[in-house]
Amino acid sequence: MALQDVCKWQAPDTKELSLCLPPAGSWAVPRGCDPQTFLQTQGPSLAHGTTTLAFRFRHGVIAAADTRSSCGNYVACPASLKIIPVHRHLLGTTSGTSADCATWYRVLQRELRLWALREGHLPSVASAAKLLSAMMSRYRGLDLCVATALCGWDRSGPALFYVYSDGTCLQGNIFSVGSGSPYAYGVLDRSYHYDMSIQEAYALACCAVARATHRDAYSGGSVDLFHVRESGWEYVSRSDVCTLYTELQELPEPDQELKAEDQELEAEAEASQTHLEPATPPRAGESGELFLGPREETPEDSRMPAETETP
Amino acid sequence: MASRYDRAITVFSPDGHLFQVEYAQEAVKKGSTAVGIRGTNIVVLGVEKKSVAKLQDERTVRKICALDDHVCMAFAGLTADARVVINRARVECQSHKLTVEDPVTVEYITRFIATLKQKYTQSNGRRPFGISALIVGFDDDGIPRLYQTDPSGTYHAWKANAIGRSAKTVREFLEKNYTEDAIANDNEAIKLAIRALLEVVQSGGKNIELAIIRRNQPLKMFSAKEIEFQVTEIEKEKEEAEKKKTKKNI
Repeated sequence: MALQDVCKWQAPDTKELSLCLPPAGSWAVPRGCDPQTFLQTQGPSLAHGTTTLAFRFRHGVIAAADTRSSCGNYVACPASLKIIPVHRHLLGTTSGTSADCATWYRVLQRELRLWALREGHLPSVASAAKLLSAMMSRYRGLDLCVATALCGWDRSGPALFYVYSDGTCLQGNIFSVGSGSPYAYGVLDRSYHYDMSIQEAYALACCAVARATHRDAYSGGSVDLFHVRESGWEYVSRSDVCTLYTELQELPEPDQELKAEDQELEAEAEASQTHLEPATPPRAGESGELFLGPREETPEDSRMPAETETP
Repeated sequence: MASRYDRAITVFSPDGHLFQVEYAQEAVKKGSTAVGIRGTNIVVLGVEKKSVAKLQDERTVRKICALDDHVCMAFAGLTADARVVINRARVECQSHKLTVEDPVTVEYITRFIATLKQKYTQSNGRRPFGISALIVGFDDDGIPRLYQTDPSGTYHAWKANAIGRSAKTVREFLEKNYTEDAIANDNEAIKLAIRALLEVVQSGGKNIELAIIRRNQPLKMFSAKEIEFQVTEIEKEKEEAEKKKTKKNI
């Protein structure tokens, strides 16, 4: 491959056998056993417990993930960061084995940096996804587990790719990865449309992850929310799922929201008086209030209520 | 004392020459002329066609080759060497698309060809490629580009250039005549290329081969008829210019 030759990147040599140690990149299995079937029957159960999602819309790409790292029944870390920045305009959500994800992202960061130095500009998200999937596909069958969504903004606008460690590389508008993904997909498919406003998108992402963590045992903790814009990525918020879920329960049904759209001003006036009801939102974007500590009385659309920290 | 330092490619002479590389450049100067012009919305490549023997099939002699849909090149020098380089470049264009999803930029493939040529100036038991290449095309950003490489492995971007036999004459003609008006529209750029070649080609239109790439369009080779048409137009313009001159003098 052209780029791999230029970068002098080499797949490990898996043909050498040593007497006691397993060959590099494989499990120590009894002779004559195929590693994959052995693992499935006898090996440790690597639970890929997580809920991550990403979707692209007019104003960029949203990436959200829970923060629970589980190892079987044990919560190894309740506040881990599952969304890894690659460069200013590219993020990756990670799922699968955390160690594999972390390592491969560092490799991808290095390769993209070298590319940028040689060519004078960063490659497109499609190139980055292709490169990552090509590098990982050399380890196919050796139980690498990296399921990631690359979210970025390049010359073609917002871009989203799903890459799996068997070499799959798919382009799409919505991806959710992990054990909690079925629940997240349910919520996403209902409310997603390309022309959402930014507030609607934030609300949708948090809602989807929160509802998934409610039902999936391996997801929980908090929701990390990132937004990739034309100017680069932004860490929007980290909100605890329990608080989020309670607030979601108190929201009116979406059907009622549609009716309320007709009575905009009256609804806003009412909402400013009742603190518990998070404003029968004339537009779903108002639920951006969920992230605020102290609740503001008269929400204004032009303001961005969510904290925008850029670490 | 050139003879003592020109046998092996990897040996410098005391005054810093690599004689084999310079001899390769001499071989290029013996090849038939090629000219490249970068217009505003078009890039033009023209080559001098050597006259073929009576029994030879003309169509098998091709000096302008497409490297990909949006890049093509012309060369001057040893045809067999060119064939090898063109093949490697074509493979690299596809390999690049396979690895990174995007087509090559003109600069990337030029750099690849130049690196390939340089490798052959620093290896044992090999000789340099005896060709210079003119590489033209459009990048994704829609900007036209023209690059020239030479046997030593250097490459530069040009607005217009010529290589091969009588390259100096053609280049001087281009320096005088490459103006903003001359490349104002596509047709003018094509005419400029043909006029430049006509300076050095003996028998007119039938010994010229021409190809153009327009933005977002594939390579187009001109047929003999189309070239003749352009040549007649050029001659008409020349006559009118002569008439005007004589009128002025009177």
